[in-house]
Amino acid sequence: MTSAVSFQKVSRHFGSVRAVDMVDLDIVPGEFFAMLGPSGSGKTTCLRLIAGFEQPTSGSISIFGERAEGVPPYRRNVNTVFQDYALFPHLNVLDNVAYGLMVKGVGKLERQKAAEEALSLVRLPGYGARRPGQLSGGQRQRVALARALVNQPKVLLLDEPLGALDLKLRENMQEELKSLQKALGITFVFVTHDQGEALSMADRVAVFNDGRIMQIGTPEDIYQRPKTRFVADFVGSSNVLPPDFVQRYSGQHRWGSLRPESIRIGRAAKGDGVAARLVSTNYLGATTRLALDADGLRLHAIVPAGAKLPREGEAVMLTFNREHLHLMDEPA
Amino acid sequence: MTLTATQAKPAPALLPRAGGLRGALSDLFWRKPKLLLLLMLLPPVLWLGIVYIGSLFALLLQSFFSIDEFSGLINRQFTLKTYGDLLQAANLDIILRTVTMAALVTLASAIIAFPIAYYAARYARGRWKALFYLGIMLPLWSSYLVKIYAWKLILAKEGILTWLLAKLHLLWLLDGWLSLPIVGGNSLSVSPTGTFIVFVYVWLPFMILPVQAALERVPGNLVEASSDLGASPGQTFRNVLFPLALPGIVAGSIFTFSLTLGDYIIPQIIGTSRLFIGQAVYSQQGTAGNIPLAAAFTVVPIVIMGFYLWGAKRMGAFDAL
Repeated sequence: MTSAVSFQKVSRHFGSVRAVDMVDLDIVPGEFFAMLGPSGSGKTTCLRLIAGFEQPTSGSISIFGERAEGVPPYRRNVNTVFQDYALFPHLNVLDNVAYGLMVKGVGKLERQKAAEEALSLVRLPGYGARRPGQLSGGQRQRVALARALVNQPKVLLLDEPLGALDLKLRENMQEELKSLQKALGITFVFVTHDQGEALSMADRVAVFNDGRIMQIGTPEDIYQRPKTRFVADFVGSSNVLPPDFVQRYSGQHRWGSLRPESIRIGRAAKGDGVAARLVSTNYLGATTRLALDADGLRLHAIVPAGAKLPREGEAVMLTFNREHLHLMDEPA
Repeated sequence: MTLTATQAKPAPALLPRAGGLRGALSDLFWRKPKLLLLLMLLPPVLWLGIVYIGSLFALLLQSFFSIDEFSGLINRQFTLKTYGDLLQAANLDIILRTVTMAALVTLASAIIAFPIAYYAARYARGRWKALFYLGIMLPLWSSYLVKIYAWKLILAKEGILTWLLAKLHLLWLLDGWLSLPIVGGNSLSVSPTGTFIVFVYVWLPFMILPVQAALERVPGNLVEASSDLGASPGQTFRNVLFPLALPGIVAGSIFTFSLTLGDYIIPQIIGTSRLFIGQAVYSQQGTAGNIPLAAAFTVVPIVIMGFYLWGAKRMGAFDAL
């Protein structure tokens, strides 16, 4: 099967800055693909390469089997939902949504009907006459989505579309986007720096750092089986354990990753485990996050709220299930 | 508790008022900020109201007086006779010539200004941006008269332009243009085309700057969004860039249009002997001594600009100023 989007050794350099560096990538048609990474990691540049706003310095990009280098954005059947929505301020909502059809020469009645349908799809029916300036952030986000979807793109690109929304709205939109993607069957490529968002929405996640892809896999792969220290730390703030420490528990001299929720806290000097001292506690509502010091190694643990906790500064004994200690590929 | 130890007594929560009139005034102005605003605005408002607008109204009042044709004295009685004179064919000709010139100058300025403003707003950064502003502003710092006389030399038959065209074997083009009726003449410096070129040169910065300001406020991602939605560069220009730059173009055209309407020096130095409104005002109040007719001529650009500004306001042009 041809990939929806395929990168072969794609680089995009800006002067001496390697924004994207030798990236290989295959996005399966119909999947929800997330590009996750800190700012400046190259994920947005990758998105812009797919949209056609940037051209690769080297390497090749194909979209549904067709070579895309040198093809301008307006000849790509790919649409983008921009980070700050980029709605046209001089047009009302309906004309914004119908814009793509208008420039393609679709008749007025037909394109307005299609735009109305797209607005219903994003649950904004009857908002057509308003100006973008009269809408809330969440509504603008939906209009931007409708404006892209009305063109029935082969690939929909979303550039941190939820970044400007507040938490509650963001959670709602996450669910909505996911069900919309399932219903429409369009390939979604989603850029985010929020690991929770990537894990909860995507079928597969690519973790970016310094213009390179660190790991591609299902959310579970990425979370449970990080391949490098960077992925372990960036996705879910895992405890990254040095090879000497790992060797004591697994017998192998390799970097390890241990999720904070896998650590159990026990009374000091009881049973075998890691002797540590509780440095601080951080109440998070459903859980409490503990910072621990194990002979100079800083560890974090997450325990359910309501658990009986030692006082700060007290000595504790940490235990964990050996299966939960994940060994990483990265050379020691 | 070293802090309290070093202080003899604890600091008060509220500090005493500064002594004298100054302290009292400061407190008064703080409590009544509008009073301060009024005091600050009073002198300029009086200046504008009395000296500026007042003298203008005094002038306009003159247009409702008439001149005694035998004695040359002004008859201070309300009449519309002077406006009747204004509507004579020769005077209407002057008005039409001036308005046409102003409209053409405005159109040409807009067409020339747009790419320059677009470059400055979208692409110029750092040093190039500074160079852009310098390039636009530099002509404004030099004397208006010097610039116009320089243009007279450039456009003259013996001037550099004719010389250059001769070198390029394009003199036939210039001669062909100059032989045309209405726009032509003996040389560029005595033709309406010459007047037009110099008007465009002199007022162009007033068009570039507001257009640039308007384009500066168009987020770059709107252009990308348009392209992303399938619009070719031409379609993006027509549907996104131009509508969003329009307020700036209108704001700029207010300058180019009104400045051309009122100018009397450029058409006097460069162009034909046919009068423009400004020249008519100048000659009527000077040599002819017909202050009422001069005043009536002055009303014409004011009325035209009044309508123009009303239309421009409806297009949201003042948001870009």
